[in-house]
Amino acid sequence: MTRQERTGWLFTAPVLAIIALVFVLPTALALALSVTDYSIYALADWSNLHFVGLGNFTGLLSTPLFWRALGNTLLFAALGVPMAIGTSLFVALLLNDATVRWKPLWRVLLFAPYVTSVVATAVVWRILFNQRFGLINRALAAVGIAPVDWLGDPHVSIPAILLFVTWKIFGYNMIVFTAALSAVPGELIEAARLDGAGRWGRFRHVTLPAIGPTLLLATVMSVAGFLQIFAEPYVMTLGGPAQSTTTVLYFMFDEGFKWWNLGQASAVAFVLFLMILAVTIAQTRIGRRHEWL
Amino acid sequence: MAVTRLRTIVSTGAVAVLTALTIAPLAYMVVVSFMPRGESTTLPTPLWPSHWSGENYYELLVRRSIDGAWFDYRIVPALVNSLGIAAVSTLLGLLLTVPAGYAFAKLRFRGRARLLQLLIASLVVPGQVAMLPLFLIFRELGLVNSYAGVILPSLAGIFAILFVRQATLAIPDEMIDAARIDGAGETRIFVSIVLPLLTPIVVTLALFLFLGSWNDFLWPLIVLADQHLYTLPVAIAAIGREHAADGELMMAAAVVTTMPVLLLFLALQRYYLTGLLGGSIKG
Repeated sequence: MTRQERTGWLFTAPVLAIIALVFVLPTALALALSVTDYSIYALADWSNLHFVGLGNFTGLLSTPLFWRALGNTLLFAALGVPMAIGTSLFVALLLNDATVRWKPLWRVLLFAPYVTSVVATAVVWRILFNQRFGLINRALAAVGIAPVDWLGDPHVSIPAILLFVTWKIFGYNMIVFTAALSAVPGELIEAARLDGAGRWGRFRHVTLPAIGPTLLLATVMSVAGFLQIFAEPYVMTLGGPAQSTTTVLYFMFDEGFKWWNLGQASAVAFVLFLMILAVTIAQTRIGRRHEWL
Repeated sequence: MAVTRLRTIVSTGAVAVLTALTIAPLAYMVVVSFMPRGESTTLPTPLWPSHWSGENYYELLVRRSIDGAWFDYRIVPALVNSLGIAAVSTLLGLLLTVPAGYAFAKLRFRGRARLLQLLIASLVVPGQVAMLPLFLIFRELGLVNSYAGVILPSLAGIFAILFVRQATLAIPDEMIDAARIDGAGETRIFVSIVLPLLTPIVVTLALFLFLGSWNDFLWPLIVLADQHLYTLPVAIAAIGREHAADGELMMAAAVVTTMPVLLLFLALQRYYLTGLLGGSIKG
């Protein structure tokens, strides 16, 4: 073994061992767990453990709350991804305008919500969303809109939480888009302008293709992020009202650590994994077709 | 000239309004935390305290005797826990991932390429898949309900390794080879040549690790049962369930949780924002 080889292993072995212990081994075990009826009884005595094959998965299919959680999660992603990415891109474009002054200041302040704790800011937004005393309804009242019971009405609870999430995370992709935009060749935009392309035309035909790969990567990450939404509904609504904000991960948490149905919960974790994998593969395919990746 | 100036005012004004809206919830959080108890739930909703009061912070942070029994919200212990856990996670995280990132970039050893592929591939697996079995493993190891149980999973920094590796690739091989010819040992090369060059990356990574640990919620919620061990987010969520109606008190709790990291971010934002791009720009 060469000295380099020895040092290589010395430097990587400790962290690889930890990754194996806390990530690789548990992931493999999760697959094993998902085909058993591991529950609070097995927790007490291993002899209560049985192999149930795909029983957990078929069991999930006949659990109405699972379907509800799946639907809610997909709704979160379907509404949230365009909302969050759109906001990020809009702000980045606004900030990219050559005439805007003090850019570093705005950039830092706009990014600030991203570094805050989800739990603490969810507490703040719960108060902003309060039907009687919340500032959001007070602002709406100023323009003549009747108070909305944001977190108490199942029809608006998801949009309300998404408003909070968008506020919290748009700064991240904004920074990423700002960098991508600064790499768009100015001459190309100028040429398009001379050819008579309007603001939208220049965006559609010059800017958008140039930032396509970045946009795709941001979308993939956002979809994965929204599919894993948990802390926001946990703190703001406890999955309610009328289970309208119970997500897949929320369902997994309750199933696993509230009811101790760990086999069933592992099956949920795998469904989540497969969803994320499927979306990522689909998006990579789309990217390849457009030669973005 | 006049047209450009008008454009500057309009564009800067638009960004300023947007920024004000973005910062408003955080500003309101601070303002309400200084309102006397119950003031935020009067109509019309006040935007400013009638007088600045520290009573919410007093009630939240100071331990006091009520009818002979000690009472506190456990925010100060949670603050200490969060600080300690974040500090240890950051230090150990750096110690483990920075050398590994360097090794994956510059040291030749058998299996390196294969391992690297595996690390990248594993990024697709969401961490939550591992959480349930990890809880059972930690239960067997006696790590449930312990600081170690919170910290250990945060040390599996696959992203951090790749981040350091990416930055290390920029260091010229000739520099490292020259040191080898001069007879420097591998560890010596890493410590006295590579590490100084990586300082900005290490600071950035430290900030990422610290903020990640400080804001983490799901895993501490799972692994900690004892209130005395709660981290701030877990403690706040627990208090929030009982005191949801005490707006001012909850706002003070939110200030205590968000301000330390906001200040840290503001102080080191240069590193953070460039670091964020270092991780995301590809080829």
